Amino acid sequence: MAIHGLEALLRDHPRFRGMPEEFIRAVAGCGKNVVFHKGDYLFHEGEDANDIFMIREGLVSMEMDAPGAGPQTFLTETAGGMLGLSWLIPPYTWTFDARARTDIRALAFDATCLRDKCDADPALGYAVMKQFMPVIVERLHDTRVQMLDLYRARS
Amino acid sequence: MLAPDLHTDPMVPVLARVTRRIHELSDIVTFEMEVDGWQGFAPGQFNMLSVFGVGEVPISISGPLSDRSKIIHTIRDVGPVSHALCALRKGAVLGLRGPYGAPWPVEAARGRDVVVVAGGLGLAPVRPILYELIENRDRYGKVTLLYGARSPREILFAEELGQWRSRLDLGVEVSVDRGDEHWHGHVGVVTGLLRAADFDPANTTAFVCGPEIMMRFAANGLVEAGMAATDIHLSMERNMQCGIGLCGHCQLGPVFVCKDGPVFDWAFLKPLMAVKEL
Ligand SMILES: Cc1cc2nc3c(=O)[nH]c(=O)nc-3n(C[C@H](O)[C@H](O)[C@H](O)COP(=O)(O)OP(=O)(O)OC[C@H]3O[C@@H](n4cnc5c(N)ncnc54)[C@H](O)[C@@H]3O)c2cc1C
Ligand code: FES
Repeated sequence: MAIHGLEALLRDHPRFRGMPEEFIRAVAGCGKNVVFHKGDYLFHEGEDANDIFMIREGLVSMEMDAPGAGPQTFLTETAGGMLGLSWLIPPYTWTFDARARTDIRALAFDATCLRDKCDADPALGYAVMKQFMPVIVERLHDTRVQMLDLYRARS
Repeated sequence: MLAPDLHTDPMVPVLARVTRRIHELSDIVTFEMEVDGWQGFAPGQFNMLSVFGVGEVPISISGPLSDRSKIIHTIRDVGPVSHALCALRKGAVLGLRGPYGAPWPVEAARGRDVVVVAGGLGLAPVRPILYELIENRDRYGKVTLLYGARSPREILFAEELGQWRSRLDLGVEVSVDRGDEHWHGHVGVVTGLLRAADFDPANTTAFVCGPEIMMRFAANGLVEAGMAATDIHLSMERNMQCGIGLCGHCQLGPVFVCKDGPVFDWAFLKPLMAVKEL
């Protein structure tokens, strides 16, 4: 997909809404369109966190493998969702597996490219962090509620 | 609202007879029952059900509005009274007072998008809304049901959810807190589904039912999505005794949940929810 197509997708994405145009262009410059087939892994635990995925279509499960019990899904992401925050902090390594539960269309942003641009331009870095911070906070809040196990019978 | 007119003394139950018992989940049973003179109910209302010699508890009505021949209740076995209720078999007789309470304002949602967010057993009190929306589908805009359950094995009304999912005029998404190897759907809190849901926040009415923390989370998520707090309706649960606004057991700030609720809007509830132990 041409860069201007990516820019349009970013501009429309709730996470990037309101981001200044020059930053949208800078982020889009690190992106590409990717497709995964049902059953494919987007990445595995322990691998370098080279990409940030923005899901456009489909369902991805985030899993950790438990010996004897197989893959344990702790969260899924669907259209509009972001996948992966490990690219933000050293050692930039995935801490879980991500598997396509359906065919997936996504945007993948080269993490090194984006990190380098952010390091070179702190204003861009700050703008990018502002877009990703809500994802981190939502994950934290959701996990907190999930841990409360609200639907169990109180006894 | 439908007034209870089964008898003259609202504290004296009438006799109900169990006509069908459906084992839903390990601790949840649905009963169909009949009562002479039953005049129907409005979605969101509840009955006080009693097992003689054990006690009486409020239970929402979870059946369709259109069929007045039976009253449907879905009950979870959590303590002495609900345990005795869940143990009832076909033909058993129990006490019933009702229907009580202020209903979900479903009529006010006509011509608007509707979002129903339910968690766990909270699907039972909102089921009458879904029957109404389906029965009169052309009167409403986009209809979305977001349901959260603990695990795939604890999904309530799974068969019916499957039927609703297959309809093109309903958006139905189910999320579980913990998946298993056979589960191919969403995993995560039900409110996460709100972020991908397609509705016009300025023209949507939302109905939310489930554990109180989940409802608070959902209501805040709906407000973040752009909805007005007055368009978000929640069903509250408090301990009840009389069910008709006499004893004060169900008091929530300035209101009685049994008489003024159990359905309230988020604009009213939000400040009360911030008060601990209320
Ligand atoms: C308006 C209204 C509608 C309701 N609708 C339904 C319904 O459709 N189906 C249904 O199964 N229940 C419903 N309830 C809850 C039901 O009334 C209680 O579960 C019941 O009163 C418990 O009584 P008990 O004697 O069995 O247990 P109790 O001895 O009163 O309680 C046993 C244990 O269960 C816990 N408990 C009590 N109430 C609840 C609750 N609401 N949720 C979770 N845990 C609880 C208590 O903290 C205690 O630990 C409703 C309550 C209200 C106020
Ligand atoms: S239960 Fe008696 S006032 Fe509400």
